Amino acid sequence: MVCQECGKKPATLHFTKIVNGEKTEFHICESCAREKGELIPGTANGFSIHSLLSGLLDFDPTGKGSSTSTKAQTIRCDECGLTYSQFSKIGRFGCSSCYKHFEDRLDPLFKRVHGNTKHIGKIPKRRGGSIQNKRELEELKKQLQYRIIHEEFEDAAQIRDQIRELEKRISAG
Amino acid sequence: MEAHKFTEKALSEWMRGRGPDSDIVISSRVRIARNLDNLPFPMLATNQQSKEILERLSQVVQVKGMKEIGNFSEVLLADMSELDKRVLVEKHLISPNLANESRNGAVIISDNEAASIMINEEDHLRIQCLYPGFQLEEAWDLASRIDDVFEEQVDYAFDEARGYLTSCPTNVGTGIRASVMIHLPALVLTQQMNRLLPAITQVGLAVRGIYGEGSESIGNLFQISNQITLGQSEKEIIDNLHSVARQIIEHEKAAREKIMLESPIRIKDRIRRSFGILTHAEVMDSKEASQRLSDVRLGLDLGLIDHVSSDVLNELIVMSQTGFLQQVYGRKLNTEERDIYRAALIRDKLSKS
Repeated sequence: MVCQECGKKPATLHFTKIVNGEKTEFHICESCAREKGELIPGTANGFSIHSLLSGLLDFDPTGKGSSTSTKAQTIRCDECGLTYSQFSKIGRFGCSSCYKHFEDRLDPLFKRVHGNTKHIGKIPKRRGGSIQNKRELEELKKQLQYRIIHEEFEDAAQIRDQIRELEKRISAG
Repeated sequence: MEAHKFTEKALSEWMRGRGPDSDIVISSRVRIARNLDNLPFPMLATNQQSKEILERLSQVVQVKGMKEIGNFSEVLLADMSELDKRVLVEKHLISPNLANESRNGAVIISDNEAASIMINEEDHLRIQCLYPGFQLEEAWDLASRIDDVFEEQVDYAFDEARGYLTSCPTNVGTGIRASVMIHLPALVLTQQMNRLLPAITQVGLAVRGIYGEGSESIGNLFQISNQITLGQSEKEIIDNLHSVARQIIEHEKAAREKIMLESPIRIKDRIRRSFGILTHAEVMDSKEASQRLSDVRLGLDLGLIDHVSSDVLNELIVMSQTGFLQQVYGRKLNTEERDIYRAALIRDKLSKS
């Protein structure tokens, strides 16, 4: 897609502006976006993935309007001191503990950025065993539910045995 | 260790020779982001802390597992000139972010330059592997092996639910960014890119110019990469990118055939005209150079030009960049000088090959 402003460079910024219910779509390149800085709030010095993200971070997951978000802005990471308000401005965490301290606000953000909230990829080997077992257990329990709902009781009994076996292994460490 | 070793030659050892589908896919890259547990991310790390991060990660290069993978050398960003940094960015061995913004930053590069490990970039550790042609799985395998060696030696910031914790929420989970650099002259020429780009972004991939975020496409080169890092396994992410890139390759091939069938004279004229200009021009700006080199590469792939090697073209893409030109001529050049030297360099390289 070519930038709708200059018609030359490829459009790298795509966004929809809604003012009084009126929707306008924008597809522009970075240099035009910089020139037209007023289009997007807070992008006077050029925009980056982080400033785009901050739009998502201001998103209020409770849906109760702006009154609740003031409270959220005061959440602070005990470890590095970053506040949620700072995080939503710069779009970056300060340390790994921020993930714990901002936990309540992260699901909607990750859902929007990644479409998911839970990691299913690689696991560090030294910590791998237990996490792998837990994942397997969750998967088996899901399967068990499915079998029971579909009245496939023989299969269900088998899975139940597998779950017991796995639980024994987990508690044995 | 001097940066010189890595800034001298334009073409990394890994780029020599042709990989699979290298008529369309120039290179495949995988980078993974990792952080140490119990230390703030580089953005908030104090000078002391970032030194500690550098020390702890640098030590890993000495362990046996690392030596089994290859011979690595470390260069501190503080020991590099501005020009060295620029050349390494142009060779994709370091990111612009590491070059310009890092504190106590360093890069550890393998002798063949296929692997580069950045320290104190946006994350504590960024492992990047580059392969010629279409070899995403190979790039991931190497990156993952290097990752395993680090993981044995240091404690990563890892959370069971969120995966590898990264400074930017767009990298959390797997921390992986896989990309292919792909040459699509026929799709651009037949104006099909406009239709293709929205489709690519809809399946969770991004298209950029060749120098990453925010850079524009030069010489019909595009970088296609995954956007999603959380909730998909590394294999799914790579497979997804692989299959989309495969489809784009097929579209490009079809477009090339169509051009050759419908307007063979026009395309031959364009390619040979570009070759003529490259071998005779006295002044050449970088934009024109990229476009003409793209034409010649297409000509080579279509069998319309046979006296140029693809190595030379890959080399010229890097060599005709501003930083590298200054490196070759050993001093800072103004725009006009650059355009004159660029033209001379291209004439020289093409006549020798």
